[in-house]
Amino acid sequence: MSKEFTLEDLKRVLLAGAGADENVDLDGDILDTDFADLGYESVAMLETGRRIEIERRISLDDGALAEARTPRELLSLVNQYRSAGHSGHAGHAAHAVHASAAGMGT
Amino acid sequence: MSASVVVTGLGIASPNGLGTKDYWSATLRGKSGIGRITRFDPTGYPAQLAGEIQGFEAKKHLPQRLLPQTDRMTRLALVAADWALEDAGVKPDTLSEFDMGVVTASSSGGFEFGQNELQKLWSQGSQHVSAYQSFAWFYAVNSGQISIRNGMKGPSGVVVSDQAGGLDALAQARRQIRKGTPLIVSGSIDASICTWGWVAQGASGRLSTGTDPERAYLPFDADASGFVPGEGGAILILENESAARKRGAKVYGEIAGYGATIDPKPGSDRAPGLRKAIELALADAGVGPRDVDVVFADAAAIPELDRIESEALVQVFGPRGVPVTAPKTMTGRLYSGAAPLDVATALLAIQEGLIPPTVHTAAISDYQLDLVTGEPRRANVRTALVLARGYHGFNSALVVRGFHESSNNQLQNTGS
Repeated sequence: MSKEFTLEDLKRVLLAGAGADENVDLDGDILDTDFADLGYESVAMLETGRRIEIERRISLDDGALAEARTPRELLSLVNQYRSAGHSGHAGHAAHAVHASAAGMGT
Repeated sequence: MSASVVVTGLGIASPNGLGTKDYWSATLRGKSGIGRITRFDPTGYPAQLAGEIQGFEAKKHLPQRLLPQTDRMTRLALVAADWALEDAGVKPDTLSEFDMGVVTASSSGGFEFGQNELQKLWSQGSQHVSAYQSFAWFYAVNSGQISIRNGMKGPSGVVVSDQAGGLDALAQARRQIRKGTPLIVSGSIDASICTWGWVAQGASGRLSTGTDPERAYLPFDADASGFVPGEGGAILILENESAARKRGAKVYGEIAGYGATIDPKPGSDRAPGLRKAIELALADAGVGPRDVDVVFADAAAIPELDRIESEALVQVFGPRGVPVTAPKTMTGRLYSGAAPLDVATALLAIQEGLIPPTVHTAAISDYQLDLVTGEPRRANVRTALVLARGYHGFNSALVVRGFHESSNNQLQNTGS
């Protein structure tokens, strides 16, 4: 089983995938702050979820991902999946993106 | 009588100058931004020259949050929009969000972003494709990102008609202002100098394969053999004139007239549509050929298209009847970004009383054009005609008119 997914891990993934809002201090007490208030809208969360899936070789449920409104809730979700040993193929999020890519140049 | 629509701000990103001041000074000096491609190794591609914007560092201008989700063309457009708003003295957060809209043109979308994600798709698998691929590549992304960054929720959109789109967007912006929105951010930035974009552009068969930057893009010249593409363009702030005057804005000039046509199908014996587009634009502006002080040519550098353009100009203005220029010989053709840059250049020509030159080219005498070559020509410029044609037969013409106020401000440097 892989090691725990921590707040530091989450901050690293958020920064790499979506950057950080200048008005937000990610090093502050953000565990219970809404992602929306941290400047991360739905696409940023989709990107974050996708990166976590790749990094941890798990497959997150899109619905559950959307319901995780704060870092604490997302960490709990990821660690739940991690300990349950979900793994394997990519999540549905990636399929939607794939369809969009195929539509390019039209 | 419809409300007058005026230009109050310019944001320029061009291969020969970043920011209005740098661009205008380079253009008057005849400094070209065309060279061998540096952003990828062009060896092995038929065309190897381009007009590339040098020295643009997005992270110096934009919040870090925007970088993972934007293509180069969007970064340039966001920064040019910032410069244009600053030049216009507009602070978007002090205005009603529904009183401001965004209408840009696009010819290809964010090709480089798309290329990177498609490479991940085939080399690593679909789960490695960025979620931002859902919008970062597509045509409307510049309008969308400018709108989000500046809180502009009025009428917005994107126009896609290749190079003609740059004028069509300004015309659409004018329509929205006449329908009641006080301010529209318009114009266009295109940038797709990446290997995928290069192959797509090359498919037109119109790219110059010359390797000498001074001999590769020669519109109206006996040696014309295709054009050199470039990246960049201009973002303009368009406003209802009375609203602009009320807030004491500096006014560059008016978007006075517009006309657009589509060419007949190939092989037809009907005339090409460019002349008609010019006539429509002049009629819309309420001016005759003798009122026009300069024409910014489309300058395709395809012999057949050069002939059609020079014939249209001679038919409307008479032989050598009007000064014609193509400063895009210093930038390459910028697709949808070209015409907004020409409109911005026309407004600067009006302000400064100088027609910038066409470089390196010598017009075939049979074309009977009064081409401004070599160095800028001093002239009392009040009314300018800008032409743009898109692949597959789009023709657009736009008339801009200055006011020649005594209170014209000095050119501001809104560049880097």
